[in-house]
Amino acid sequence: MPRRLWVRCSVVAVVLAVSLWYLYPPRKSINLGLDLQGGIHLVLGVDVDKYVASQTERAAEDLKSGLERKGVAVKRVVREGLSTIVLDLANTTNWNDALTVAAEFTAFEVAQRDDKAGRFTLAMRERQVTQLRDDAVRQGLETIRNRIDQFGVAEATIARQGVDRILIQLPGVQDPDRAKALIGKTALLEFKLLDEQTPVEQALAGRLPETSEILYERRVDKETKVERKIPNVVQKRTLLTGSELTRAEVQADPNSAGNWQVSIEFTATGTRIFGEVTEQNVARRLAIILDGTLYSAPRINERIPGGRAVITGQFTVEEARDLAIVLRAGALPAPVTILEERTVGPSLGADSIRQGMIAILGSAGAVFVFMLLYYRLSGVIADVALVLNLIVLLACMAAFGATLTLPGIAGIALTIGMAVDTNILIFERIREELRVGKTARSAIEAGFARALRTIIDTHLTVMVTAAILYNFGTGPVKGFAVSLFVGLAASLFTAYFFTRLLFDIIYTGRRRKVQAISI
Amino acid sequence: MIELFHAPNYNFIGKRRWAYAVSGLIMLIGLGSLGLRGLRYDIDFTGGTLVQVRFEQPPTVGAIRAGLGRIQLGESVIQQYGDPREYIIRATLTTGSSEELAKRVTGALGQEASLGTFEIRRVEFVGPQVGRDLQLQAIYAVLFSLAGILLYIAWAFKSVKGGVAAIAAVFHDMIVCLGALSLSGREFSLPVLAALLTIIGYSVNDTIVAYDRLRENRGKFSQKGKSFAEQMNDAVNQTLSRTVLTSLTVFLSTAILLFLGGKTLEDFAFVLFVGVITGTYSTIYIAGSTIVDWTQAAEGRIARRKKAVAKA
Repeated sequence: MPRRLWVRCSVVAVVLAVSLWYLYPPRKSINLGLDLQGGIHLVLGVDVDKYVASQTERAAEDLKSGLERKGVAVKRVVREGLSTIVLDLANTTNWNDALTVAAEFTAFEVAQRDDKAGRFTLAMRERQVTQLRDDAVRQGLETIRNRIDQFGVAEATIARQGVDRILIQLPGVQDPDRAKALIGKTALLEFKLLDEQTPVEQALAGRLPETSEILYERRVDKETKVERKIPNVVQKRTLLTGSELTRAEVQADPNSAGNWQVSIEFTATGTRIFGEVTEQNVARRLAIILDGTLYSAPRINERIPGGRAVITGQFTVEEARDLAIVLRAGALPAPVTILEERTVGPSLGADSIRQGMIAILGSAGAVFVFMLLYYRLSGVIADVALVLNLIVLLACMAAFGATLTLPGIAGIALTIGMAVDTNILIFERIREELRVGKTARSAIEAGFARALRTIIDTHLTVMVTAAILYNFGTGPVKGFAVSLFVGLAASLFTAYFFTRLLFDIIYTGRRRKVQAISI
Repeated sequence: MIELFHAPNYNFIGKRRWAYAVSGLIMLIGLGSLGLRGLRYDIDFTGGTLVQVRFEQPPTVGAIRAGLGRIQLGESVIQQYGDPREYIIRATLTTGSSEELAKRVTGALGQEASLGTFEIRRVEFVGPQVGRDLQLQAIYAVLFSLAGILLYIAWAFKSVKGGVAAIAAVFHDMIVCLGALSLSGREFSLPVLAALLTIIGYSVNDTIVAYDRLRENRGKFSQKGKSFAEQMNDAVNQTLSRTVLTSLTVFLSTAILLFLGGKTLEDFAFVLFVGVITGTYSTIYIAGSTIVDWTQAAEGRIARRKKAVAKA
């Protein structure tokens, strides 16, 4: 055998060895998509504007207390719209002091001023708004990642999608409702004082002080499972939030058998604030509120110095466990909504794999037999190349960590049909050259050389569409684009380089002149 | 040696008027169906909820509907899906918490005793924003593919006409595929879009093989004195066996996908199935013929202009 043949044989051997190495062990090497192994696919939309609004609200509160510290009497400081603060001074004498305090809020700029009325509006700078929107998504993503990690899902995918979306894929998770509750809960824990001055009936009739609001407590009757909503009048001011939390643990509720509670522990700062709050409000009732629902409102008997509290609310052990997880992982900066959900059960996934395998084997079988009958020995060569193509295709997918989906399997079945196209092009060309009377050796030479340009052109066009498909598609369709693209790239190697090698070994490597080609 | 065609020399280009008529008729039927019956879009594009349920015993649609009657589902479609025990329930987007729907469906079916035990195999919910986004993405994907191919051909063959003719063939194939989809009452879903894009690539593939041959031949002495139509016809004939053979293998693959690939892949495989046939046909008749007519028209114009100049 000539030296060049040896080199080419070694290249093929190396490719084959590397491919097999990537494919071993077979069950673990290739990622199966959610449609094949079962699981949950979620796309969440983050309500970024709510985050901007809540940050503005916070700034308004800080501004108010800042002004009060400076002795500036204010009539009103409120958020208006998404990111504007309107400030009304009690009198215009402190006008300049007020502006000085406002100037400390560098995220804002004075948008309008009315010196005579003692009123000005602050608007958040555009760059800051953009930044906050971005922060909301990034923090939300981190929080959700944290929650899922604690929930314990192997190989979960959590990624940002577009501007304000988060993509979550949980393979193997079978309880979508629980997963959704865990992921989608804002988990904003707030401590507020109950407004005991305003009777509930009066509040429900609409006569409510501006500083108070109505929040509901949910009670489920154990026997009838009927849910009741109990209204409570609560002061709007938040005294402490869950952001000052270090621990959250599940405990049995000592006061109600069969129910569970979550005990929480504050950070040093939280402990100090909690101590002060309880000290100043002895004998009043402190409401514990999660995502706008009141859970309990125990009466403060004395100052609580240790920084501990419990959240009770007729939880089952699972609910309590999930609540502890979300409290530990922290609140989402802004509420999220489910924009897209796809859940596939494991039995459907198994069926899809079975059908996909049948389709691949069927189409490979049909193409094999066809090539064999039509091209005889050359058909065998093409078939061997096809097997190599499948091996390299699967190995590439394993190596790149690509995901195999059901449409991806269809892509492989289709690749089988298209990969032999290269061989058909070459073989037809060789036949043509033989017809015009060329010798076997020069017909092979010419056939391969002339077909090359066409092969490259055809491969590139389909690969262009596959690449575009990958960029625009989602989930399963992406899987199809990947297997089509990789399959075609692999076929350039197997159907051209490798078949050429086999031809050379069989027909041109020998000393004696070959008279006929089996084609 | 088995040969499908021995040195074929059919007059494809000469019979192009017939092909135009046939294509026109087929496209008219397709467009008519698209216009009158329209395309049914999957929830991927419209938004909505889909629940796939497998019952222990084959149920009746009536029993399922009775079970679902307990909850106000709005407009819902109940459809058998492949196996007689397997059903799909679809609901359009309603305001409020559509993602809760799956839970309510499970509850309602559980209360209908005659249905027996069942398993929820798949739940899909697509919100309105996502549906709209996917619609846009689908349109972009198709347009970008077409633009990419047009540019590639214009560059590789130095012929804008060739690119446009190839795109004309692709349009023809897409109308035929969409028409078939509409006529057979199948749904336009994401996998169907993927199939359509594959057909775009595939259809152009064949066209390129013929163009390649034309480009190669034009440098040869034997082509001297032949008209452009004859040259194109030669190229199509010389690549005919390859075109038909490849179509045959791809056709085999898609046929097996269609008949053995299961319900989930059925619509996808159907589009490929139709697309392979029309893609092969359009290479021969649409791309080749269009470029011939265009070139002849252009040459005619130049000739007339020359005559006019000569007279003057």
